[in-house]
Amino acid sequence: MAKLHVSTTINGEPTEFLCEPSQSMLDVLRGPLGLTGSKEGCGSGDCGACTITLDGRLVCSCLVLAAEAQDREIRTIEGMAEGDRLHPLQQKFLEMAALQCGICTPGVLMAARTLLEQNPDPTETEARFWLAGNLCRCTGYDKIIRAVLDTAAEMREAAR
Amino acid sequence: MNRFTYARPADLAGALREIARDPGARFIAGGTNLVDLMKYDVERPTRLVDVTRLPGLDAIEETAAGGLRIGALVSNTAIAYDARIGRRYPLLASAVLAGASPQLRNAASTGGNLLQRTRCYYFYDAATPCNKREPGSGCPAIGGVNRIHAILGTSEHCIATHPSDMCVALAALEAVVQVAGPGGERAIPFAEFHRLPGDHPERDTTLCQDEIITAVELPPEGFAEHHTYLKLRDRLSYAFALVSVAAALELDGGRIARARIALGGVAHKPWRMPEAEAALAGQPAEAASFALAADRLLAGAQGHGHNDFKIDLARRAILRALSQAAAGTPQSQTDKRIR
Ligand SMILES: Cc1cc2nc3c(=O)[nH]c(=O)nc-3n(C[C@H](O)[C@H](O)[C@H](O)COP(=O)(O)OP(=O)(O)OC[C@H]3O[C@@H](n4cnc5c(N)ncnc54)[C@H](O)[C@@H]3O)c2cc1C
Ligand code: SF4
Ligand code: FES
Ligand code: FES
Repeated sequence: MAKLHVSTTINGEPTEFLCEPSQSMLDVLRGPLGLTGSKEGCGSGDCGACTITLDGRLVCSCLVLAAEAQDREIRTIEGMAEGDRLHPLQQKFLEMAALQCGICTPGVLMAARTLLEQNPDPTETEARFWLAGNLCRCTGYDKIIRAVLDTAAEMREAAR
Repeated sequence: MNRFTYARPADLAGALREIARDPGARFIAGGTNLVDLMKYDVERPTRLVDVTRLPGLDAIEETAAGGLRIGALVSNTAIAYDARIGRRYPLLASAVLAGASPQLRNAASTGGNLLQRTRCYYFYDAATPCNKREPGSGCPAIGGVNRIHAILGTSEHCIATHPSDMCVALAALEAVVQVAGPGGERAIPFAEFHRLPGDHPERDTTLCQDEIITAVELPPEGFAEHHTYLKLRDRLSYAFALVSVAAALELDGGRIARARIALGGVAHKPWRMPEAEAALAGQPAEAASFALAADRLLAGAQGHGHNDFKIDLARRAILRALSQAAAGTPQSQTDKRIR
């Protein structure tokens, strides 16, 4: 069966790849494209470790067919820091030790960034609701939520 | 996953041509149910017809009748946060927010949500028999592990439930499903869209393989004043309903003028009983009337062992939902504490 040729944009870079119809975007990111930041926790939409944005919308890349990326804009965790400058969320997660094994962290950070873009001043309840699709088996979530809320406060302060 | 070909038609006519070419072809929208089932070898399409770029199916528009038309490609997120839906059909927005996660609601389409398949464990496990997956092979849920299964409208061939939250609200609102196929367009009332399992549990709906959902239409009455979507599950968020209730009331002073009640998690389709709703008309909006409605709705309910608890749970959920609706204090989906 012929491979599909896909042209897309990943973290601002025009990118082309070949894929099988059955490959997910996550398969292609982690395989041929070598972008292994996005993780595969479940492959079935449950855990959120594979979270990317597709045309600005947060999605689980394990359930997106790679073929669907044609002409779309993809952002992954690899595009979050600017060179050596970490995103405030990344910095805060390090400072507050909001991760242990780190498998969930790329997905959590992608989801948290979108949350703060849409709602710079979330309540704890709102932050928990927004991050419900990102499962973490290590931290118990409290450190994650506190890091997100602290970052939000800092970013609001910096924007004043 | 089996091998398949992939097509991305440019318009509706092209999509209908593609699907008609091959009886093994399936549409794909958000992929959140279909791709998952393909990974488990439960769905084995020979061709996928990507509908995500079809023009004209991604808008929410006013209808001439005074309702809203939700295009089949409108995402669950777009429904949940649409200002008109929030104002006129808050029951629907609430039900959508009760389901899945931000990531999944972003990808999930209106058409795909209607056609999502059961979460029955045996259906998902291609190594076990299942009449829905393989007609005639048997139903291991009967006499097996059936905690999440149906208590109403089951058959000796299947006791699965329909997992959608959105569809429970659409049933209560008496939405209409707009469909296009080789023979033209048709409209399917929501109550006739999903089926009971009967002798053919492999068929979830009355939609044909070569038909496409184009939109869901909401009639003008949205019950915006008195409604609630109450979803009970194993944890406070991000799980399918064990039991859910969409309740909508029109009150006249302290009395009920009109009532709609749809149940999720209890049957092969969103469960309604028009007689139970009609019997509420003219009754005082208080616990005794609600209890009578619950009795009527659950009169034929039957457990299968592990799910016996659902009968009592459904009864309590109906009482609470109708009380919340009557009081005008709908259940928050972000803050699920019950006050
Ligand atoms: C982890 C997880 C948790 C979830 N939790 C919930 C929950 O709590 N509540 C809930 O309600 N749902 C939940 N869902 C289900 C989710 O809402 C559905 O998967 C989603 O709505 C399906 O939409 P889709 O566009 O992705 O469909 P797809 O997967 O693209 O398609 C599903 C089916 O619909 C068909 N189809 C799609 N569009 C059309 C069309 N226009 N015309 C004809 N056929 C069409 C496809 O051929 C396929 O058979 C959950 C899903 C996951 C993975
Ligand atoms: S309940 Fe229905 S879906 Fe589940 S095993 Fe039985 S036949 Fe299959
Ligand atoms: S790997 Fe995609 S949601 Fe778990
Ligand atoms: S840090 Fe290990 S899963 Fe979250």
